Amino acid sequence: MIEGQIPIEEYQTGNSTHEFNLKNLHSKHKILKEYKYKIGSVDRGFANRTLYINLDSNEIKEKPVTEKMKKLFTGGRGFGLKLLWDSINPSTRWDSKENELIITTGPLCGVTQYPGSGKSLCLTISPSTDIICDSNVGGFFGPYLKFTGFDAIEIQGKAREDVIIVIDGEKGTISIETAPNEETNSHLLAEQLTYMYASEDTDKSRQKISVVSAGEAAEHSYWGCMNFSFYDIRRKVCRMKQAGRGGLGTVLRDKKVKAVVAKVEHFDGVSNHPADPNKLAEIGTNLHREIRDLDRDQCNMRAVGTAHLAEIMNEYDLLPTENYRFGNFPKASKIFSPEFFKLFSKIIPDGCWHGCTMACAKTVDAFTVMTGPYKDDKVTVDGPEYETVGCGANMSLWDPLWILEFNFYCDTYGIDTISTGTAIAYYMELYEYGILNKERCDGLELCFGNAEAVLEFMHRMAQGDTGEFVTIASKGIRRVKDWVKEKKWGDPFLIEECGMESKGLEYSEYVTKESLAMQGGYGLTLKGPQHDEAWLIFMDMVNNQIPTFQDKAEALHYFPMWRTWFGLNGLCKLPWNDVEPADNAETDEPAKVPGHVQNYVEYQNAVTGWNVDKEELILQSERCYNWQRAMNVWLGRGTRKDDWIPYRSMGPVTKMEYLSRQERYDKCLLEQVGIKKEKLETMETEEKMKILYDYRQNQYQKLMDAVYHRRGWTPNGIPTPQKMKALGFTDKKMLSMLQRKIDKDHKKGLNAWGGLYNSGEKPPTKKEKYWEAW
Amino acid sequence: MEKPKTVKVLKFHPSKCKGCKECEKACSQIHFKTKEGGEKSAIRIIKSGNSYQMHVCDQRGLCLDMCPVGALTRKKNGVVWLDKNTCIGCQACVGFCPIGAMRKADVQIEPFKCISCGACVRACPENALELVERNIEDIKEVVYHNQGRGH
Repeated sequence: MIEGQIPIEEYQTGNSTHEFNLKNLHSKHKILKEYKYKIGSVDRGFANRTLYINLDSNEIKEKPVTEKMKKLFTGGRGFGLKLLWDSINPSTRWDSKENELIITTGPLCGVTQYPGSGKSLCLTISPSTDIICDSNVGGFFGPYLKFTGFDAIEIQGKAREDVIIVIDGEKGTISIETAPNEETNSHLLAEQLTYMYASEDTDKSRQKISVVSAGEAAEHSYWGCMNFSFYDIRRKVCRMKQAGRGGLGTVLRDKKVKAVVAKVEHFDGVSNHPADPNKLAEIGTNLHREIRDLDRDQCNMRAVGTAHLAEIMNEYDLLPTENYRFGNFPKASKIFSPEFFKLFSKIIPDGCWHGCTMACAKTVDAFTVMTGPYKDDKVTVDGPEYETVGCGANMSLWDPLWILEFNFYCDTYGIDTISTGTAIAYYMELYEYGILNKERCDGLELCFGNAEAVLEFMHRMAQGDTGEFVTIASKGIRRVKDWVKEKKWGDPFLIEECGMESKGLEYSEYVTKESLAMQGGYGLTLKGPQHDEAWLIFMDMVNNQIPTFQDKAEALHYFPMWRTWFGLNGLCKLPWNDVEPADNAETDEPAKVPGHVQNYVEYQNAVTGWNVDKEELILQSERCYNWQRAMNVWLGRGTRKDDWIPYRSMGPVTKMEYLSRQERYDKCLLEQVGIKKEKLETMETEEKMKILYDYRQNQYQKLMDAVYHRRGWTPNGIPTPQKMKALGFTDKKMLSMLQRKIDKDHKKGLNAWGGLYNSGEKPPTKKEKYWEAW
Repeated sequence: MEKPKTVKVLKFHPSKCKGCKECEKACSQIHFKTKEGGEKSAIRIIKSGNSYQMHVCDQRGLCLDMCPVGALTRKKNGVVWLDKNTCIGCQACVGFCPIGAMRKADVQIEPFKCISCGACVRACPENALELVERNIEDIKEVVYHNQGRGH
């Protein structure tokens, strides 16, 4: 272990070093457009303008942020939605030239006093889902973008050759430059550009640069992520956090953007010019103290980051193993957090933005790469976070070193570990059943646990291999389902129901079979199955705090709204409930962490000078949440059938799964479905599985009914114009589009509840067109 | 660079202190060019029953590893030093100081601390304060790295 109090200059990672001829690289840049601007200053959290770049015409312009925009959309992801709405049309797809890639900040982004305040929210039309994807990410880019003068950047159009966009907050220039010879893969590209654009050859100067980039695999896959760099002055490494979900990196590379670079001249603790800096220091210091005193007994984020979840999930049968068939595994302890703790470099601080004392951004330094183009290099691997460890379990990789290898290549190739891991786990299951085989997989032996094959698949993806399997498999589970069904290689039910995607996006790493609320937490999301809207498993399954449909619907209203709020402001969710005040359990609603909610009320007021309360925070989110759903409707999705989830997320698809948890499922049939014990004993497993299937599907339909009603939507999941008006929206184009859709649904009989209700049960309301009375 | 081995830290003789707080005034003069003392002083004299206690940084340096921008360093003379120009005001050092000796005054976002300059020692009319030399190895403390408290 590295002892503390080593002077920063003396820290050493032991990584391989690179010699780049930066002058030569830079001399090959051709400036396609340079735009001069007045840097200005941020006022109470807002730069009050956004940056628009069009790569078709090389147009660069500033757009004002109006007070109305702040009122309706707050900031961050909300601004992203507004900018998208103004720029795209209902037929826009991910690779349409009018599709935009948007990076937003939010009024609280860049604050240094309160942990978790450096997040960017990125939006685009996703290649996986054809609807809006939003993805949040740490690193320095968001704060720097704001301190160079912009609340958001939108990139439209496509360049003809590889370009970089440089936002230079020192000179007050924005340029589009060709960048023909730089590396594409992120761990090298970020280093090249950081050294190239730093004003001086010092760590301090390099810390003032942040680079957004993807990688070679992002060019050939729908899983492209964007890496946001942050220079670590102790490790002397450009580290990276990922905007992983939904293919943002794919869109970045489709636009032929190699990187976006932001450079700040200066920033300090009050660069946001908050209304009340002393209040910020006060609530921030209090949270630092809570983390200091409580973290080591709560989540241990400072020691192992989110990786601590692996052992908890395994204990509760929630760690997805072998493509979510099981929730725990005998070998699981090999990838529990103590194993990664041994490998992490224990250098505090490890925040992905300044002042974040949760410090969950752990690294393994001097990791020796085992395969591929960087074999034998010693590199820094960021993470792994829990989700990546969970992908290891899902692919049955039980060796921390292979998980690190997977993590490293996903990052530098610019692909999302979650989608990549979840998808490969699915391919492995099909391989096990013989639906896929070596020949059908272009020679890859994709059986569970074969780490070499996983890496080989990734390297081929990065090389642009044109084999049929590699080409289709790199587009994700949805495309593979269609392909395999078309080839008639197996039982369509099995192929459809065991692939963990919804809306075209792969699931993140939690088993939801025994938590109906969490099935909704994944299925009733805006962008697809990601746990960032709600994580209700413990409330629902372990603590039984939300037993009725109404309770679950309330939770699936409140928590998605609450968690959306972080993205409107440029914040990280973790400091909200991954450390809790010592007295949290004694409060009225411990799951909401009321003490920290109050912090956020004071926090937003202290920065913006507004005078909001906790109800207003939820309203801010509700506006954006409904707007995004309405935009999904506008894009042709966002209805009940789009909130479909695979049965693997609800119950046992295969006999093996049923038998592995037979006691549990039998109990469900006895106690919940109401089958008599004598009858159950005479039933074949297949028969029991069918009854359980029908029961759980109906439960999910009833959940949808309750949630749609609570959210103010029609039974087909459409936000009603009445609801939108109540939230303050008057946009005629939007309101009339929704009304037309609802009228059309009415003709098709789609404004009807989906659940089958027995006598004694009731749908949320029996009134037809109940929303018209609002 | 040769690492410092010793550092001067303040030692307090409570029996001599009469609570005039000349030390605080001298300290705020150093840090903020004001004789206000109180929250603008890095040294604080607190009444406790019939006597006084001193509250000040003991240069143990736990904060050194907390700073994300490297604004905190140990100087050649061993003193833990906050470079205001590098500091980005995150308060991590303030929150994590085990004795609350890294201070924050309302007039600026950057914290401040005792630099063992001796202004308070010179200002004390009762000779209740002195600077004594300590071995850094004996007082040094690092931020916890262990997984959990019990491990």
